[in-house]
Amino acid sequence: MELDNSQLLRFTTAGSVDDGKSTLIGRLLYDSKSIFEDQLEAVEATSKKKGHIGVDLALFTDGLRDEREQGITIDVAYRYFTTPKRKFIIADTPGHIQYTRNMVTGASTANAAIILVDARHGVIEQTKRHAFIASLLQIPHIIVCINKMDLVDFSEEVFNNIVSQFEEFSSKLLVKDIRFRPISALLGDNVVNRSENMPWYEGATLLHTLETMHISSDINKVDARFPVQTVLRPQSHEHRDYRGYAGRMASGVLRPGDEVTVLPSGFTSKIKTIDTLNGPLTEAYAPMSVSVTLEDDIDISRGDMIVRSNNKPESSQDIEVMLCWLNNSPAKPRAKYSVRHTTNDQKAMIKEILYKIDINTLDRSPNGEDLNMNDICKVKLRTTKPLLFDSYRDNRTTGSLILIDEDTNETVAAGMIL
Amino acid sequence: MSKYYLNYLDELESEAIYVLREVWAQFQNPVILFSGGKDSIVVTHLARKAFFPAKIPFALMHVDTGHNFPETIQFRDDLIKELEGRLIVGSVQESIDNGRVAEEKGKNATRNALQITTLLDAIEENKIDCAIGGGRRDEEKARAKERFFSHRDDFGQWDPKNQRPELWNIFNGKHFEGEHFRAFPISNWTEMDVWNYINRENIRIPSLYFAHEREVVWRNNSWIPNSEFLKLEEHEEVITKKIRFRTLGDITITGGIESEADTVEKIAEEVSAMRQTERGNRSDDKRSETAMEDRKRQGYF
Repeated sequence: MELDNSQLLRFTTAGSVDDGKSTLIGRLLYDSKSIFEDQLEAVEATSKKKGHIGVDLALFTDGLRDEREQGITIDVAYRYFTTPKRKFIIADTPGHIQYTRNMVTGASTANAAIILVDARHGVIEQTKRHAFIASLLQIPHIIVCINKMDLVDFSEEVFNNIVSQFEEFSSKLLVKDIRFRPISALLGDNVVNRSENMPWYEGATLLHTLETMHISSDINKVDARFPVQTVLRPQSHEHRDYRGYAGRMASGVLRPGDEVTVLPSGFTSKIKTIDTLNGPLTEAYAPMSVSVTLEDDIDISRGDMIVRSNNKPESSQDIEVMLCWLNNSPAKPRAKYSVRHTTNDQKAMIKEILYKIDINTLDRSPNGEDLNMNDICKVKLRTTKPLLFDSYRDNRTTGSLILIDEDTNETVAAGMIL
Repeated sequence: MSKYYLNYLDELESEAIYVLREVWAQFQNPVILFSGGKDSIVVTHLARKAFFPAKIPFALMHVDTGHNFPETIQFRDDLIKELEGRLIVGSVQESIDNGRVAEEKGKNATRNALQITTLLDAIEENKIDCAIGGGRRDEEKARAKERFFSHRDDFGQWDPKNQRPELWNIFNGKHFEGEHFRAFPISNWTEMDVWNYINRENIRIPSLYFAHEREVVWRNNSWIPNSEFLKLEEHEEVITKKIRFRTLGDITITGGIESEADTVEKIAEEVSAMRQTERGNRSDDKRSETAMEDRKRQGYF
């Protein structure tokens, strides 16, 4: 049985079958004993059918029919495993440039990113792309796994060279925590079990790293932000005058008695109670879902935000955003889109494309161009009403938004507010 | 001084409550798909939490194959009474009687696939724009690709290759008339999480989950309960065994496992030591390698 206080860690793995990504995930699941007998039997049978020797670990991550047939990952797949120390959610994403949007999707909720480097090839374009996306989405922790060490004689020199190559490149990125692990996913070295082939490596295994890395400070605990999802009015005899604001703490802490301001109206009040089915709470912090009541009767609805009066988010109709375009149809210049930001819905126009980033080289190419699928650009947005936001660097919840095409209802872009 | 982080169960609970509230805020007429199984019971429990002190604002919808465990129906009716809730029943028998679907033929015939038509008809008739399900991504490889908010076209079909990207916790439930959504609040839960949660929250579940004596037949590597719907093969023999069910579905396809676990705690312990996946006893998933994907594309749960 798990410990009651064990935490949830979400990590993303980007890469292709060639990097050994599927093998690595299979290895983590297999060596942590998260594979069931019937799954193992199915994979053994398929491995035999395909003429592989032994169990092909990559088959554990088989997905949809098209992916099985082509042997690739197209869409994000989520996988789960638990150790006595933590519960893990893997967002397994494709690594090809064509699927940037899926990498971005997987990265958006991750605490950590695993970046795979083939020890034979060192840092290549794809490595840079993955590292850039991890930094763009502000994944707090990056673990660079230098894989296939068995194919370079477990050489310390090869490992050290790749580490310096990566560090040279990553100094240009905004990443706080980068760690390097020499592994062989195929043979299991330093994944779950320590490698006997690399006595020169004294650091932790990949799993140990995932189990012990400090993630509690990944969430912003300073700026109290409570976006209102819906208003609870039971209108029952027992709770006749109850008016609770239901939502999930985006960041910070709220306690009964705190002086708060409701935005955008600007009315002030005090927190009266913080309620749950299990009883009232003395404090609420991210990412708790609660219902909040206030001392005063104020008109509040979905899309409003309750914040502490002495710490307010920014408010503006003109915002600069890093935008990742996710749709087959390119952005229409000066067209209006629905913008969804926390629980708030309104309209926005892309006023100007400032520059586009080449995600392989990090070079910026100046404006003027259109926005196509998988492009990452810095743009200026103009919203119909002021948006209440923090910068994405400070707050992944109040700093993120999506654009929706009103003609198709599709989610066409993801934005990180600068 | 408090720790300011949530343990994994609290985080999963909070995420599910957030999803349920988003459904309520973004749709006109959502329902909870209620099968009487543990996952839909947990979703219903989470909905109580999400809207407390108000009542659950959704109706519960049950797609009734007609091949039920009587215990499941009793449990469903008791729960509706307790919640003062509203129940919508889509009946597969009616779909058959109306000629919307035809019974499968042959030895392993079930009403599993027929539910798709009944479900989609009920969604259309009741003008439901979002059906909340207890599907989990750990259950099956096609489900691993599901979004929290999953779009269905006006034929009720799922297009797994053309799903809306879902970033952060921002859900896009916008849709055109005639289309609908499926929402999966416990997407990120595993079977173990569900049991640990039922144990922690003391959630009532049908007696079928606990070890009990029952008449069964050994078929397809599991203990199939004897019922009026079961056609015995010549060599098959009905015997009485102490079993329990790991998942609950239609009585004709749900296999039991031998077990002594008669409390939630013992079940959780048993599940943590299990070496077979939970759907291993479900003959509906064994028809082909992509059985679930194929059914889901057509509009299955």
